[in-house]
Amino acid sequence: MNPKRLWSWLPAFAALAMILAACGGAPQAPQAPTTAPVAEATTAPVAAAPTDAPAATTAPAATTAPAPTTAPAPTAAPVAEAGGKLNILYWQAITILNPHLASGTKDFDGAAVILESLANYSEKDELTPGLATEIPTADNGGVAEDGLSITWKLVETNWSDGTPFTADDVVFTWQYCSEEATACSTAESFSAIETVEAVDPQTVKITWTQPNAYPYVAFVGSQGMILQKAQFENCIGANAISDAACQAANLAPIGTNAYKLTEMRPGDTVLYERNSEYRDAENVFFDEVEIKGGGDAASAARAVCETGEVDLAWNIQVPSAVLTPILENGDCDPLVGGSFGIERVVVNFANPDPALGDQRSEPDQPHPFLTDPAVRQAINLAIDREAIVSQLQATAGTVTCNVLVAPAALDSPNTKCPRDVEAAKKLLDDAGWVVPEGSSVREKDGVKLIVNFQTSINTLRQGEQAIIKANLAEIGITVNVKAIDAGVFFSGDPGNPDTLNKMYVDLQMYTNSNESPDPTSYFQGWTCENRNSSANQWNGGNDGRYCNEEYDALYATYAAALDPDERAAVAIALNDLLIADNMIFPLVNRATPQVKLKTLEGPTFDPTFDSLLWNIATWKRVP
Amino acid sequence: MGQYIIRRTLIAIPTLLVISFVIFAVLALAPGDPLAQFALNPAIPEAVRERIRVQLGLDQPWPVRYVKWLQQLAQGNFGISFNSKAPVTDLIAQRLPQTLQVVGLAYVIAVGLAIPLGIISAVKQYSIFDNVATFFSFIGFSVPSFFTGLVLMLVFAINLGWFPIVYSSTIKIDSWATFWQQVRQMVLPITVLVVQQTAALTRFMRSAMLDNLSMDYVRTARAKGLTDRLVVVRHVVTNSLIPVITLIALGIPTIFAGAIITENLFRVNGLGQLLISSINSSDTPVVMALTFIFAMLTVVFNLVADVLYGVLDPRVRYS
Repeated sequence: MNPKRLWSWLPAFAALAMILAACGGAPQAPQAPTTAPVAEATTAPVAAAPTDAPAATTAPAATTAPAPTTAPAPTAAPVAEAGGKLNILYWQAITILNPHLASGTKDFDGAAVILESLANYSEKDELTPGLATEIPTADNGGVAEDGLSITWKLVETNWSDGTPFTADDVVFTWQYCSEEATACSTAESFSAIETVEAVDPQTVKITWTQPNAYPYVAFVGSQGMILQKAQFENCIGANAISDAACQAANLAPIGTNAYKLTEMRPGDTVLYERNSEYRDAENVFFDEVEIKGGGDAASAARAVCETGEVDLAWNIQVPSAVLTPILENGDCDPLVGGSFGIERVVVNFANPDPALGDQRSEPDQPHPFLTDPAVRQAINLAIDREAIVSQLQATAGTVTCNVLVAPAALDSPNTKCPRDVEAAKKLLDDAGWVVPEGSSVREKDGVKLIVNFQTSINTLRQGEQAIIKANLAEIGITVNVKAIDAGVFFSGDPGNPDTLNKMYVDLQMYTNSNESPDPTSYFQGWTCENRNSSANQWNGGNDGRYCNEEYDALYATYAAALDPDERAAVAIALNDLLIADNMIFPLVNRATPQVKLKTLEGPTFDPTFDSLLWNIATWKRVP
Repeated sequence: MGQYIIRRTLIAIPTLLVISFVIFAVLALAPGDPLAQFALNPAIPEAVRERIRVQLGLDQPWPVRYVKWLQQLAQGNFGISFNSKAPVTDLIAQRLPQTLQVVGLAYVIAVGLAIPLGIISAVKQYSIFDNVATFFSFIGFSVPSFFTGLVLMLVFAINLGWFPIVYSSTIKIDSWATFWQQVRQMVLPITVLVVQQTAALTRFMRSAMLDNLSMDYVRTARAKGLTDRLVVVRHVVTNSLIPVITLIALGIPTIFAGAIITENLFRVNGLGQLLISSINSSDTPVVMALTFIFAMLTVVFNLVADVLYGVLDPRVRYS
């Protein structure tokens, strides 16, 4: 400890010398972030020239210079006054700021600093108003009783260029994405819409094509950010990416949120500054926000916890052995919670035997032994979920037995998945699967319990595969593991035999979840009709070829139900039915862990259904 | 000489075409999907992904895409990045200064260090200086940059706190403080690169010197009564520099390719980082542009090296 202390004085003196030099030599350094011309944001998105953005780093040397050297030493943090810069680190850099053309989570997060949607999901999966004055419900008359429409009241606010935000902008955003040629990646959230109309400048009405039990899909969360009509008017269709003005707009959208863009370097850094037009501008703490991309997750965690250069680092997916000492070392808090998805093992109900040729894994070819409930249950009982979580995903996951865990209200309390090897063996014995003399593999009528088990190439996943292989060996089931490049495994390419959709194996593992708080389409993925087959290009969504009439009937009830309480009950029943049938083995509820400095207040763990930066307007520094 | 340059330039054109075709084919046939991030995301169903593919032109077979790419290239257009939906040339223009600053400066320092080190090592062969220099250049050769980088980062940035570990590309140098900030963040990545590049060049300079030192003309010069210093500086060094300069010229294109590992490690978001992140996300237009520019520079600097050789060495004549 002591020698380290000694050393740390040296840079402190160096920093002091630098600050003195700066004060003496550069009396100009004014605090100028708010004076940057508005036009800059629209016209200079790819401005490489350092001369373009005068506001950026001229901020007083005192805020920038000592921070990296003296770490979180007591001298560095006086009383927290509003202002300064918020530094965020993403190891995947932001490449575009138009969320509707995003190519990943990072882009939604980058856009969320500038743009807003009508409402956001908090980390507790609760809707909080964004550009809407309140959340429309049946009680306040916002949601029509027949479920055919929803009416949002909008707040009165301005875009960062000073023009008023109106219902026309909301209507425009729908027009922009409902045009197929625009190719919005968020198009699905608008797909249930018949029309969107501006009732008056402060009211917008969405009409659905059919009664919609869950009307908060469009214009909500990171998928529903509102674009400014004036800026994107000519960008509908092919122009969206081919027109030069639209390319510029995609990298520099004008927004309504607490910050506006200063400079965007795709794949590198995004710099934001205070938006003086923001409706609650006086309560915004930081003058500037910088989101830097690149590097690796482990050193990002170090930059927060050990050197204190950065306030928040995103998605610290590193093995616990590396992360734990970093977290213990410094003045930082991990933020873990929500659900990024459920790591699960899927059972194939169709026969993947290569001898079947064309008929391989077709739904009408029953699997020789996985169709036996006893075998499935035995596998489920044998898997050691605790070991998987503690050895591999300790900082980023918890054991789960459910396929539906979010919103929290729909996480079924009825399921259990304890490990019980003896019970598993007994089940198999009773069902007639026995170990013959001199063998270690159970068999019955000449069918051996040998399974092929595939997943994508990923250190954590291969670790999980090894654990499961050992678990199943204990009960007399031999596992052959296979790992496939993620680009192929997840590609959906009908010409490739190694995709998850084709599932030419007995078991496979990946992460998936419901992207919307309303799990209708998620549950639809296990209906008989959706079974993957050559007829639907293996794209039905039911990769396990599971088919159960009881489930289909229950799903039909769910899809037709409009009453929220009934829907919640049926959703839990659907989950319980799948789990009881052992058609899928949920393993881990994964989270995207973040770390932040203790002196930063405001960030929540990554909300399951919204951006990590959903409430960035309220973040502040505390002493 | 003029004729020679023209002939070489003309030969370069088919070479570049073949290179671009091979790279394009490899990229097109390799597994990977620019929309892989969205795979399995129920909010982005296959139909939506298909629409995005059409928008990006990925629905066409790859030979057609290659011809289109060539047509664009003929107009000096490298296309639009799949990820940022912005012109690739803008992206490259943004990254170039950072790469030149860090990787370019490292190269200059490495050359500046390697030449005197090599000369002294050769003149005082097997002295302590030579042994130490040899020892360090072998370390530089054998230790990979991700290792030196991590060690330097742990020692000097994390434990001692002398340098930042996050490189900021948005620093505007307008005072001594910001200048120092810039210098401090450049120290570690440059050190890593210098260690590696110096190692190779020092060895090369040393052996070129040793070759010349035993030549007859050196003995003649000494016999004339020239001082040792004059013999080395005027005769041996100038002659030994000929092959080294060729090597240095051939190394210049690698500056523009960036330093993939070092840039990524220290978050210097230069061309190397752009290349690797584009490969990871299957952003074909960016990868094509970068590799093609790199191929072009390699061809050009090969020519430059050959021409320089002719200028420096009167015995070499091109006709």
